[in-house]
Amino acid sequence: MADFKFDLVSPERRLASLDVTEVQIPGADGDMTAMADHAPTITTLRPGILSVTHAKGTDDFFVSGGFAEITGGAVSVLAEKAMPKGDVTKAHMDELIAKADEVHEAALASGTGADDAAQMRATLVEVMGSIGL
Amino acid sequence: MPNLKDLKNRIESVKSTRKITKAMQMVAAAKLRRAQDAAEMSRPYTERFNAVMAGLAAAAGDSEGAPKLLSGTGADQTHLLVVMTAERGLCGGFNGNIAKLARAHAAELKAAGKTVKVITVGKKGRDAIKRDLADSFVGHVDLTEVKNVGYDTAQDIARDVLNRFDAGEFDVATIFYAKFQNVVTQIPTAQQVIPFEVPEGTEVEDGALYDYEPSEEAILADLLPRGVATAIFSALLENGASEQGARMSAMDNATRNAGEMIDKLTIEYNRSRQAVITNELIEIISGAEAL
Repeated sequence: MADFKFDLVSPERRLASLDVTEVQIPGADGDMTAMADHAPTITTLRPGILSVTHAKGTDDFFVSGGFAEITGGAVSVLAEKAMPKGDVTKAHMDELIAKADEVHEAALASGTGADDAAQMRATLVEVMGSIGL
Repeated sequence: MPNLKDLKNRIESVKSTRKITKAMQMVAAAKLRRAQDAAEMSRPYTERFNAVMAGLAAAAGDSEGAPKLLSGTGADQTHLLVVMTAERGLCGGFNGNIAKLARAHAAELKAAGKTVKVITVGKKGRDAIKRDLADSFVGHVDLTEVKNVGYDTAQDIARDVLNRFDAGEFDVATIFYAKFQNVVTQIPTAQQVIPFEVPEGTEVEDGALYDYEPSEEAILADLLPRGVATAIFSALLENGASEQGARMSAMDNATRNAGEMIDKLTIEYNRSRQAVITNELIEIISGAEAL
């Protein structure tokens, strides 16, 4: 299977930069798997687990907010929050959910975007369940 | 002639000042390295982000119904200045230079009949522009308690700015910070963040025709607010490195000045001691001669 370049960067650091065979991305419109020579695509992310398959196995990362840029020979994921799945703790998720609640309340007050905010919170809770926290 | 004891005390005090400035310089050097590392780490993100944003913005820029964060509100009446400085002083001209740039900018806008609003980040800058712009202050962000400036900090500031934008409080937002060039040079910079301006020097990739998911507009609408946070985040990091760099060179100068002062005072001290001895000798000799 052909390899291609994969980068995962957050504003604070670069988490991964390696050759991979397959990347599973939690896109805003649904999960997608990118392999070599995927059509050039830009998609926004929803909070979820990003799964990378390379020669030595699979790495899972938790990502939230941002986008993925897929070109024929490379995938770059720019996530506002990103960390290896194993490092995610309940405290992290609680903090994110608390923030989502804040946004939700603000959205309710302003009257726009409340649905999106609620959806965001639900997604976070779902991810939390899937990690097993 | 100053008396010997005074001189000695003076020398001691300058010596301890030199010790303090030397220590501060070393601390700043260590912090600078960390700040530079942090700035370095964020570069891949900001560069990719800006490249993609520039591409999207260029494509959507002229179309009607483009998001307000990109096309502006259509007016240019009220300007928000986000002045980012340090929480602490003793770093040479760092805070002063940023404040000066912001003041000049505000004066220009006011002369053109615009309304100016100011949000300050860091209390040193607030103090510096309080005299001229106190009535324009609309907010202040205190970073005294924040040990490590992270993306969260930037997001909080960005959220505040965006909320004000949504509420129609201003039309144009500009951030002020110092770009880190090297230890001796920090360039005070004004950067417009709302409406989004394609940063100079960003290469717009041609020919890469992307599929967009969900849609180009939706992605742009999602990314623009994040762009504000990203811009503020990199400004905060640049500021962090600049502050430490400025402090390092300021403290280096102070240490050197203290050294020179010690040399000068020591010479004066030795001279006056010698004068005292000579005087005593003269007295003894003339006393002996008088016998």
